Amino acid sequence: MQYRWNWSVLITDPYLGWLVSGLKWTLMVAGAAWLLALVLGCTVGVLRTLPSAWLRAIGTAYVEIFRNVPLLVQLFLWYFILPELLPYSAGHWLKRDLPLPEYWSAVVGLGCFTAARIAEQVRAGIESIGHGQRMAAVALGLTTAQSYRYVLLPLAARHVLPPFTSEALNIVKNSSLALTIGVLELTGQSRQIEAATFQGIEALTAATLTYVCLTLVVIAVMQTIERRVAISGTMGRT
Amino acid sequence: MSHLEWSIIWRAGPFLLQGLATSFALLILAMFGGIIIGTIIAMVRLSAPRPLAWIAAGYVNGLRSVPLMMVIFWFYLLVPLFIGRSVGAFPSALIAFTMFEAAYYSEIIRAGIQGISKGQMAAALATGMSSLQAYHYVVLPQAFRRMTPVLLTQSVALFQDTSLVYVIGLHDFMTSVSVIANREARLVELYSFAAGVYFVLCFGASRAVKKINDRMAAA
Repeated sequence: MQYRWNWSVLITDPYLGWLVSGLKWTLMVAGAAWLLALVLGCTVGVLRTLPSAWLRAIGTAYVEIFRNVPLLVQLFLWYFILPELLPYSAGHWLKRDLPLPEYWSAVVGLGCFTAARIAEQVRAGIESIGHGQRMAAVALGLTTAQSYRYVLLPLAARHVLPPFTSEALNIVKNSSLALTIGVLELTGQSRQIEAATFQGIEALTAATLTYVCLTLVVIAVMQTIERRVAISGTMGRT
Repeated sequence: MSHLEWSIIWRAGPFLLQGLATSFALLILAMFGGIIIGTIIAMVRLSAPRPLAWIAAGYVNGLRSVPLMMVIFWFYLLVPLFIGRSVGAFPSALIAFTMFEAAYYSEIIRAGIQGISKGQMAAALATGMSSLQAYHYVVLPQAFRRMTPVLLTQSVALFQDTSLVYVIGLHDFMTSVSVIANREARLVELYSFAAGVYFVLCFGASRAVKKINDRMAAA
């Protein structure tokens, strides 16, 4: 098949603007979802290590549910189904009055999905510290809350940074699924350009290279954080 | 909230089952293809001459820095251009998943091979085996035994990912659900049903993997 190359389409108005806007939405979806995933994921991860069997069970149920349903299905549930299941006024608000419902559905969906994976990393991080620190904290007279605040969490935080890097990369990549509920992020915009100009290879190349650059940026940022917080005398490279 | 009508799922049963069969076909074929290509990539990265190993590393890191969605669109666009005629969604989705998963499987397999002690490889070479024979008869059988649980866990993730073929309109389980949901205007019933089916399958599978893992750890 004959393919007509035309790379200049990428810097032509309005297509360059579409790409930039796609990048903006990718960052806004991934960034907001990342904040939600961190807060929720750390909470659920800590729940799974607490002495109370009930709280542990809640944490486990959360992780199993959100890990075993595909992200695409979860996004559809948040976007299409949640407003139907809520009482009439709340559902109506979600569908009609909330600005950018597809954006918020994507953020909440992606955030809750990633939180389950973060929770697993946090749990593993806390468990890897070993029982000795926990018992030492109790022996010092710290309450459970204090032992988490002053002993377990600061140590665990350093253990989980490397897996957090790959979750941060995943959330950027997974934000592409937002296009299925109508958020025109980077992948969605490159498809728009393909549909409008038939220059599919150029459009997809532009989006692909942008993702590669985003990956490199995320890796660089996370490595800087790792280096800043490393405890001297441990195996972490400083 | 309007009245729920679950019988629609029963009536759409055969259509949904056909979709599920497509999902499974995609899973099984991409799993086999991905593991075979992944093994080759891992061996190249560990034992082939430097330039080849760099190319293999570039392939793995490149694919891992791009969303799967992007890869699906790429192959959907490129496969017909290469072959010269349109081939339908299934072959291009299958190639996309195989190539994409090969990158992820290869990392698991590479770690598995690296976990085998160097002495095994050296002993095999000392008995006069070529390095391919050493991989085939000595290193890979041991490595695969150890990494079976991780490979299976990755395959459960692959099964969830097959739902993404929705974006190129291939009639897998997810797309079939969505077709019925929109035709009958029964989104709540069908998408909840889809979530339930995926949950039961993936939760069951990961439980089974955990059992295999525990049995191997005990042995």
